[in-house]
Amino acid sequence: MSSVLYDTPGPSAKRRNAVLSAVFVVLFALALWWVWQKMDDKGQLKWSLWQPFTTSEAWTTYLLPGLGNTLKAAALSMVIALPLGAFFGIARMSDHRWVRGTAGVVVEFFRSIPVLLLMLFANEFYARSTGVTTEDRPLYAVVTGLVLYNASVLAEVVRAGILALPRGQTEAAYAIGLRKGQTMTSILLPQAVTAMLPAIVSQLVVIVKDTALGGVMIGYTELLNSRSTLAANYANVIPSFIVVAVVYIVVNLILTSFASWLEGRLRRSKRGTGAVLTEDTVEVNPAAVGGGFGTGAGGASV
Amino acid sequence: MFDFLQGYDVLGAFWMTVKLTVLSALGSLVWGTLLAAMRVSPVPLMRGFGTVYVNIVRNIPLTVIIVFTSLGLADIFGMTLGAADDFKAQGFRLAILGLVAYHAAFVCEALRSGINTVPLGQAEAARAIGLSFSQTLRLVVLPQAFRAVIGPLANVLIALTKNTTVASAIGVAEAAYLMKSMIENEAQTLLIGAVFAFGFVVLTLPTGLVLGWLGKRLAVKR
Repeated sequence: MSSVLYDTPGPSAKRRNAVLSAVFVVLFALALWWVWQKMDDKGQLKWSLWQPFTTSEAWTTYLLPGLGNTLKAAALSMVIALPLGAFFGIARMSDHRWVRGTAGVVVEFFRSIPVLLLMLFANEFYARSTGVTTEDRPLYAVVTGLVLYNASVLAEVVRAGILALPRGQTEAAYAIGLRKGQTMTSILLPQAVTAMLPAIVSQLVVIVKDTALGGVMIGYTELLNSRSTLAANYANVIPSFIVVAVVYIVVNLILTSFASWLEGRLRRSKRGTGAVLTEDTVEVNPAAVGGGFGTGAGGASV
Repeated sequence: MFDFLQGYDVLGAFWMTVKLTVLSALGSLVWGTLLAAMRVSPVPLMRGFGTVYVNIVRNIPLTVIIVFTSLGLADIFGMTLGAADDFKAQGFRLAILGLVAYHAAFVCEALRSGINTVPLGQAEAARAIGLSFSQTLRLVVLPQAFRAVIGPLANVLIALTKNTTVASAIGVAEAAYLMKSMIENEAQTLLIGAVFAFGFVVLTLPTGLVLGWLGKRLAVKR
């Protein structure tokens, strides 16, 4: 295999690679062995700690309800954040300077402060100024925080999606006499949403990961929070962490592969303009966002 | 109007945020570069390790990693990072460890995408005029890759700044930790929120604007 960094290996390079592989395998095996020893030392490999996960009780009482709450908060946040994001994304492209400016300030503001701050603030706000019950409050706070942050991220996604469409789409719409609003709702948005789907699904991974903050900081009973109840019950801190991490990885890998399947499907399809937006085109390539103020605080997909 | 700030060390909390950010940024740059080197190396095993690491770490919430460093590494395995009796220093070091482990995966991906922007023809031309492997790397490939990578790395740095707030989950006294206690004890919820939000805007916006401008200025036009 030839790449930009090295050529197809010849005899001496093959020998060197073999030596490097051997050294790497030895180092890696040593590291694994050390971890295994440590686990064994502290008795974390005892079957009694892992056994609960083969019973249905650990799953139906702790993990699955936790996972359900994680997914519930993530789905709610996405459903609310999407229209809000579309609104702000479109507002940022308005012909009126004050609309454009206000939307820009709002979006950049919420993009540049941590989700945790938003959640903590929302939690306190609901506690003091509204009649939300104590049981519902963590969910409300988590969703509010996630919506505010992700709506502003999705606003940039929407803006990039619409700007990625060929200019001819707008011109043709104007030529047949559509108004600005009609052009947006019946020509540009439908095409942009299709192109944005992979980026939106990728954003869902970020949302799922961020729900864990609500579990630790404001007591929302999602997966990570149920883990501590479970570990308190079975006294299996390390196994429970590993199982929960695996659950997160599986959920997010499913979402990621769904996103790349969508992306491939869109790229292959004959219909549409062929413009596809992934998290990379939005984040990595500032040119796709149209420059200007758009290169402010970002880092959405991390 | 701002008398609620008395008795709280807001600047100290933000200084802790800055310290966490800078140290974790340096750590993740080093570990992320190593990972990227593995991911593009000619040795399939190293490539495999890099890929697996990145895909595992990217899909675990940072909160899980940070909480694990405290409840798992420190409490169970006794990994106190040389601060066994100083709970504060221990939390600080564990938080940095967690932040580095997580963000290195993103640094690695940013660097790799930078190397991928260099067209294959550049390296082929370099070899054709007789440059050695290290010359090709030093004079042709890496200079172009680094310039393409400033923007993505800036995004990771900004995300890292915001993600340091997760360290409050294990009791590191940074901005979000202080905000949590202030917002619970003081009456001016909105003002406190505004002060801390402003602090983060001050930390992240200039980084984004300066590095974004630099990235655009230095980008290789193709």
